[in-house]
Amino acid sequence: MALELIKGNEAVAETALRVGLVSYFGYPITPQTELLEYLSARMPELGRAFVQAESELGAVNMVYGAACTGLRTMTSSSSPGISLMQEGISYMAGTEVPAVVVNVVRGGPGLGNIAPSQADYTQIVHGGGHGEYHLIVLAPASVQEAVDLTGLAFDLAEKYRMVVCLLMDGFLGQMMEPVELPEFKPVNLSAPSWAIGSENKDKKVILTSININPPAQEIFNVKMMTRWQEVEKNEVRYKGYYLEDAEYVVVGYGTAGRIALTSVRAAREKGIKIGLLRPITLAPYPVDVLNDLADKAKGFLVVEMNNGQMLDDVTSIVAKRAPIHFYGRMGGMVPYPDEISTAIEEMINSEPDVNRDARGVWLAKMRELVGTGA
Amino acid sequence: MLDTDVKILYERPLGFTETTTHYCPGCTHGVAHRLIAEVLQEMGELNNTIGVAPVGCAVFAYNYFAFDFVEAAHGRAPAMATGIKRTLPHKTVFTYQGDGDLASMGMGEIVAAAARGEQITVIFINNTNYGMTGGQMAPTTLPGQKTSSSPLGRDVETQGYPIRTAELISSLDGASYVVRRSLHDARNIRQAKKALRTAFEVQKQGMGFSFVELLSTCPTNWGMTPVNARLWLKDYMIPQYPIGDFKVSTAVEELAKGG
Repeated sequence: MALELIKGNEAVAETALRVGLVSYFGYPITPQTELLEYLSARMPELGRAFVQAESELGAVNMVYGAACTGLRTMTSSSSPGISLMQEGISYMAGTEVPAVVVNVVRGGPGLGNIAPSQADYTQIVHGGGHGEYHLIVLAPASVQEAVDLTGLAFDLAEKYRMVVCLLMDGFLGQMMEPVELPEFKPVNLSAPSWAIGSENKDKKVILTSININPPAQEIFNVKMMTRWQEVEKNEVRYKGYYLEDAEYVVVGYGTAGRIALTSVRAAREKGIKIGLLRPITLAPYPVDVLNDLADKAKGFLVVEMNNGQMLDDVTSIVAKRAPIHFYGRMGGMVPYPDEISTAIEEMINSEPDVNRDARGVWLAKMRELVGTGA
Repeated sequence: MLDTDVKILYERPLGFTETTTHYCPGCTHGVAHRLIAEVLQEMGELNNTIGVAPVGCAVFAYNYFAFDFVEAAHGRAPAMATGIKRTLPHKTVFTYQGDGDLASMGMGEIVAAAARGEQITVIFINNTNYGMTGGQMAPTTLPGQKTSSSPLGRDVETQGYPIRTAELISSLDGASYVVRRSLHDARNIRQAKKALRTAFEVQKQGMGFSFVELLSTCPTNWGMTPVNARLWLKDYMIPQYPIGDFKVSTAVEELAKGG
């Protein structure tokens, strides 16, 4: 199949169509808007449902309704819009309905800016909305991977009756790369028996997130946690680069992971035994591989486009078996490979100290870097 | 036994499940539910209908109707109904919402759904307060009316004016049928049923967005007997919220004549 040169946002949109998206509901926000624009033309063309909603609140609740029909539905937004969508995401989790939410993350907090960022990691991976629930979170590092993970997102959402978040950033949304798109699959309009309006149900269906009696709510929560254990067992995905003989390990996902790979390769050329662990599922997190690496590595460098949100997870897994270093840029700033190379050099040249304050050391350097403003 | 023809005058509609409701004695939610069940039965739509329940006193409405139901977040029922209707366009989809849900929290969603001409039916219960949380002031609370969060009576200078929702919705081009009826006596209840029938027919014929506001009583939170509550509705609510047809599109007019 021929490669096509296509923008990340549009590639995700076209892939969603090809894997049988039945309905899309969204709201314009940079740097995600091309996804909505693309589907505004393509969905009606194919006789499928598209609504530009009145707000992200409207959009996510339309998705909630559509998800209750059991047919493939999605929305997309960027950070401030995703904050508004947390209501519907929590309700969908509490109703056990499948949906795909794309977050093309931008710099924040507040209105922030429209530049690439990973500042929504904690919000998406560790909660976001009220109550206790998990999302499956997929973090691509290229447009091709965004395409591949879009198809997977729908499959996983349906398999586990969960919300799956495709966590991108402004770079991945805006960047054009040659990709191979999947074959056009027919739309599946045969709804599962749990869905409203389904031809396959044998009794009245009620879909709600209410469990007014606490014992019933607890039973539901136990069921959700048990399902999440299954997800943790079956769905961990990551990519390792040069890890076989690595003495040092860089951990980074998405765009930060991709940039870090350039620095890791440069270090390898200098003879440094270093590898990269790039988590693809941020939830479930690749705990086991990191655990194994922590037993043998001399040091870890976590690279992110935020203030060290995944750093906290890595710190908890490594559990003081090896020193941890951190390099991050915030506010929509993206690290250059040479910045990460410098951080690698510093890790290798520093006295090993498993108790070092990775974030504190980094923040002191950041104050110098950004100057008097901070 | 008398040897005569037996004629059933009153029975549980087929659209109801065999259960008791949690509604307070004298509350008109039960009347509104019954009218919906009767209309959908008469239209043969019981097996083709999906309801969207609100947050508020009718949060458990899904337990009382015998067809598929979902439960929306507070105020978002029109958005949820939009998602369902756009996915399953041949289903009859309605929302059942109170005044706190629809006219306060969900004003954005209801206005947008009406403006889009969404092919759904909205049943709006106006009882001038937040029933479920214990009778707080709602957007529909009358000037001077005492509630648990306007204990001195609603002061319009600081707490604003009541919203005439049906009139507001009727100003939108996307809305095809927007009326207000009352549930305070038998005559008005019959007229409310007729309006509900028209509203659901509008949806079935693909004629656009239909909206029926039903003036309702809340004896518990108003601190009145059911009878006095109905009299209060008649004497105080109807002057503020006149019964009437605020938007009937030409096509719907034809439909109503034909029906």
